[in-house]
Amino acid sequence: MSSAPPVSFFDRPNSYIGRTVPRPNVKKLLQGRGTYVDDITLPRMLHVVFVRSPHAHAKIVSIDRAAAQEMPGVIAVVTGPELAKVITPWVGVLTHMKGLKSAPQHAIAIDRACWQGEAVAAVVAETRAEAEDAAEMVVVEWEELPAVVDMEAALDAGTPVIHPDLGDNLAFRRELVTGDVDGAFAAADHVFEEIFHTGRHTGVCLEPRAVLADYQPAEGKLVAYQATQAPHMIQNLLAKHLNLTESDVRVVCKDVGGSFGIKVHIYPDEMATAALSVLLKRPVKFIADRLESFVTDIHARDHRIKGRIAVKNDGEILAFEIDDRTGIGPYSVYPRTSAVEANQVVNLVGGPYKHKAYRAATEVVFQNKNVTCQYRAVGHPIACAVTEGLVDLAARKLGIDPAEIRRRNLIPDDAYPYTGLAGLPYESLSHHASLEKLLKLMDYDGLRTEQAELRKRGIYRGIGLASFIEVTNPSAAFYGVGGARISSQDGCTIRLDPTGTIICATGVTEQGQGTEAMIAQIAATAVGVTMERVRVITGDTDATPYGGGTWASRGAGIGGEAALQAGKALRQNILTVAAAMLQAAPESLDIRNGTVVDTDTGVERLPLEEIGRVVYFRPDALPKGLQPEFVVTRHYVQKDYPFVFTNGIQGSYLEVDTETGFVTLLKHWCVEDCGTIINPQLVDEQIRGGVVQGLGGALYEQCIYDDRGQLVNGSMIDYLVPMAGEMPDIVVGHVVSPTASSELGAKGAGEAGTAGAPGAVMNAINDALQPLNVSLAAQPFTPESILMALGRVSAKVG
Amino acid sequence: MKAPPFGYVKARELGQVFDLLEQHGDEAKILAGGQSLIPSLNLRLSRPTLLIDINAIADLQGIRETADTVVVGALTTHVALEKSPIISRHVQLLAAAMPHIAHPAIRNRGTIGGSLAFADPAAELPACATALDATFILRNRDQERRVKASEFFHGLFETDLKPGEILAAIEFPKATTSHRFAFSELARRHGDYAMIGLAAASPQLGMLRLAYFGVADRPVSAERAATHLIRDGAAGVEAACASLADDLESSGDLNAGPQTKLHLAAVLLRRALPALLPSA
Ligand SMILES: Cc1cc2nc3c(=O)[nH]c(=O)nc-3n(C[C@H](O)[C@H](O)[C@H](O)COP(=O)(O)OP(=O)(O)OC[C@H]3O[C@@H](n4cnc5c(N)ncnc54)[C@H](O)[C@@H]3O)c2cc1C
Repeated sequence: MSSAPPVSFFDRPNSYIGRTVPRPNVKKLLQGRGTYVDDITLPRMLHVVFVRSPHAHAKIVSIDRAAAQEMPGVIAVVTGPELAKVITPWVGVLTHMKGLKSAPQHAIAIDRACWQGEAVAAVVAETRAEAEDAAEMVVVEWEELPAVVDMEAALDAGTPVIHPDLGDNLAFRRELVTGDVDGAFAAADHVFEEIFHTGRHTGVCLEPRAVLADYQPAEGKLVAYQATQAPHMIQNLLAKHLNLTESDVRVVCKDVGGSFGIKVHIYPDEMATAALSVLLKRPVKFIADRLESFVTDIHARDHRIKGRIAVKNDGEILAFEIDDRTGIGPYSVYPRTSAVEANQVVNLVGGPYKHKAYRAATEVVFQNKNVTCQYRAVGHPIACAVTEGLVDLAARKLGIDPAEIRRRNLIPDDAYPYTGLAGLPYESLSHHASLEKLLKLMDYDGLRTEQAELRKRGIYRGIGLASFIEVTNPSAAFYGVGGARISSQDGCTIRLDPTGTIICATGVTEQGQGTEAMIAQIAATAVGVTMERVRVITGDTDATPYGGGTWASRGAGIGGEAALQAGKALRQNILTVAAAMLQAAPESLDIRNGTVVDTDTGVERLPLEEIGRVVYFRPDALPKGLQPEFVVTRHYVQKDYPFVFTNGIQGSYLEVDTETGFVTLLKHWCVEDCGTIINPQLVDEQIRGGVVQGLGGALYEQCIYDDRGQLVNGSMIDYLVPMAGEMPDIVVGHVVSPTASSELGAKGAGEAGTAGAPGAVMNAINDALQPLNVSLAAQPFTPESILMALGRVSAKVG
Repeated sequence: MKAPPFGYVKARELGQVFDLLEQHGDEAKILAGGQSLIPSLNLRLSRPTLLIDINAIADLQGIRETADTVVVGALTTHVALEKSPIISRHVQLLAAAMPHIAHPAIRNRGTIGGSLAFADPAAELPACATALDATFILRNRDQERRVKASEFFHGLFETDLKPGEILAAIEFPKATTSHRFAFSELARRHGDYAMIGLAAASPQLGMLRLAYFGVADRPVSAERAATHLIRDGAAGVEAACASLADDLESSGDLNAGPQTKLHLAAVLLRRALPALLPSA
């Protein structure tokens, strides 16, 4: 029994901070007893299936629905102009993205389809199967229009303009110049250049996008059971575009089966489903099937980047320069816009290094393919691959070891606070500590020895490193200042029930990553109860504090801090009552494991259920002037920085079979710094899952379009998601630099894995192939692309 | 992704199957493991009005040995082949191929008859049957017909099966002591249909069948290449690889163009040589 004050709040007895504890909701999910949208059935519920454009760009001449309307079970076949009477179109722009433009987008296309997969009619029937049968009977007469497919040609004079009202196919352009770029390139001993491509790919969620919209005409209320990351954002936009009062719209997310950024946007078919419920006055369910998911779930990362690096002979980096182009489909996605990814690329290239000059330009162009928008680690994997590809290129050319060139150029760990060249402040990063930890975990020198040995035997192994910075805990700078009603603040309402149970309602949401476990750990710690006593409520606009939801690695950093402050406040309130009951000073008491104890001795004084009993059922026993407040709400918004940056580094070890072009991933490492770690296992699994998604982009995943704008691999047979058999062991290490912007000190960890993995793999492949004087820069690195680079196969025919 | 409406009959014996095939003609489809047929219904690529489920028919089950052959009933599942001691002793090439076919859940249901009748050119079993010179036993109401593997595959999803006929069993020659074989495939993810694969068997010195899959519209026997190897042994490998272009007439797919496939075909052949040739 020590009377010394605890080192920090998290070192107090009964702390769950930094402990791996089982997730309260995991048993239910593993037993298949989760409640996903498709598990919900309402009386008089209908199903909608959309008739989608088979063409990349085509005028709708006519829609003949006579036969479809006669099909069994069909209630309605609805076209765009009809639905437009109940739902208004939207434009995906934000005011702080200067110059960003887009065209009005309708829930169902009005007179023209702008990508293969765009919905042009809705068929509503008693069952999904009946709706599918009838959808086949809808006859659309099309007039094909020329499709803009190649993003490189999108701005050329001869290329048709997709939205004539906009004047051209340029959605957004940003240029950034910091420092004396020309001087740096002139002063350089060497300038190295490469053209990088990151393959267009998508997030594949176990649960597809889904909504069940239930409009109740008697009250004018709409309940949307929706698979979304941001319920309050959806509430706002449903109300706005359906002309309902915001408080009459309730968005409920029960269990959500993965999201990765896919479920944080406004999708026309989901909005159409809500509009159909208003129109038909019945509950309408839409569950995207896998095939339509591939052509409607947002895609991402379709970039071509010309990169240059200016270096001295000793490897000192003087400047980076990039020229980026990305194709985003025919519309900027609402409301977060499709310019954010390119904007992030500009913000992040060169981020870990201490050079003083940087020039970047990006052009975001329209094309007739599915839309792109924010997918896990938005822009980071692109920026990281470009930066780290250029750094390794310089290292190879100069004969400097990749670890050494990083040592010479990473921002020193004692240089903080530091402002990056895109003007964004870094609070405190740990690049060097992370690098050294990674090298040790990898046994870098040992791997280099092994690599050299095997090379003598014709075995080509490669080691790749990739340092990165990551945007987490965003302030209002991300969306709010641009006019989007997406909350950067989040709240937690916490209460003590008579049985001593703690109920927490939070604005951040759970999609399977463990948000509820994290909130429960913080609440249990803050109040002083065991985890079993905590229940967490998420994903209900009627029941939780107004908040932003989960995206941009903000769940723990923002939602967690609100839970901490709410829990601490409730603890104080409980102790005030306990002190009155025990006639003790509140300062002398603490709550541990659900019992009020003497702080100094730990002697148990009063269990919470006894306090609960008295407060709720025998308040007459309490002093007259004492009004217990056992429900407390606290909010938190991060205002110190635009974003709280984190950092990390990844390492890849792999083997390239130079005869087949196959890459075997042997092992992968990630050291990251997410500040305070609440649940080590959850953080590690976030990193691993993120790494796997990054590896997917590097080696497997690509949405392949033909020159008529047709997605040719839009099924799980042909679109290759990474699978367990090919995945390496992933070793995760941490450096901990808590953020001082909150008491909790947590930064985000959800995107770090995805950010660095593709760059590390690219560098490892190029390291392996270095003796053959071959390097690649176009993701995904496929066996065929590697064989072509090696000159074993010439051109792709057929 | 819901199948269009269809009828379903669980057939109890072969006679009933033939009756139904006769009544419904093209409109009826045999349902074995359903691992290819059901996805094609859900994708609405195929819309039979009747599915004739043959899973309960005892005549189509089981793995039997005769003196020189192993006869495998069409309904034998992939997992049964994988675990069969008869197969691993006498038809080792098949045993070697099994782990490459899809994933355990699919192997639990998919059948050899379904795989061969479906005739996916990238599938393992049609190539193994070709390499082993297996005999296909086809039945209709009146008779049984025996067709060699080399005659059975006509093209993409096309076989020698005639209306009213089903694949009843497949007969594989038992491996002799001089039997040599090699199986390898390249797939970007384990369990995927192969980018390219090679099932090769040499029942005795002087005989060699090199059956490639994932290169053309059906399993292709590289006869010129085999001739070079039979004649010159390992010394014939360059000539054998050079003749693959004529043998295979490879076509490309999403993962690899024809040139890449041809290149990989040669890589697989070189790698298979030590197993196939006593001297290599
Ligand atoms: C995800 C996935 C991955 C796969 N990967 C592979 C792979 O890597 N390699 C591979 O070879 N296969 C693969 N398959 C296919 C699998 O092996 C199938 O099981 C097999 O091809 C078909 O067998 P089945 O018994 O399921 O046939 P079914 O799907 O029931 O039938 C297939 C076709 O054959 C016909 N048919 C079936 N039995 C008979 C019969 N006795 N006589 C006449 N016609 C008949 C049916 O009418 C139908 O047209 C994969 C399948 C899936 C779903």
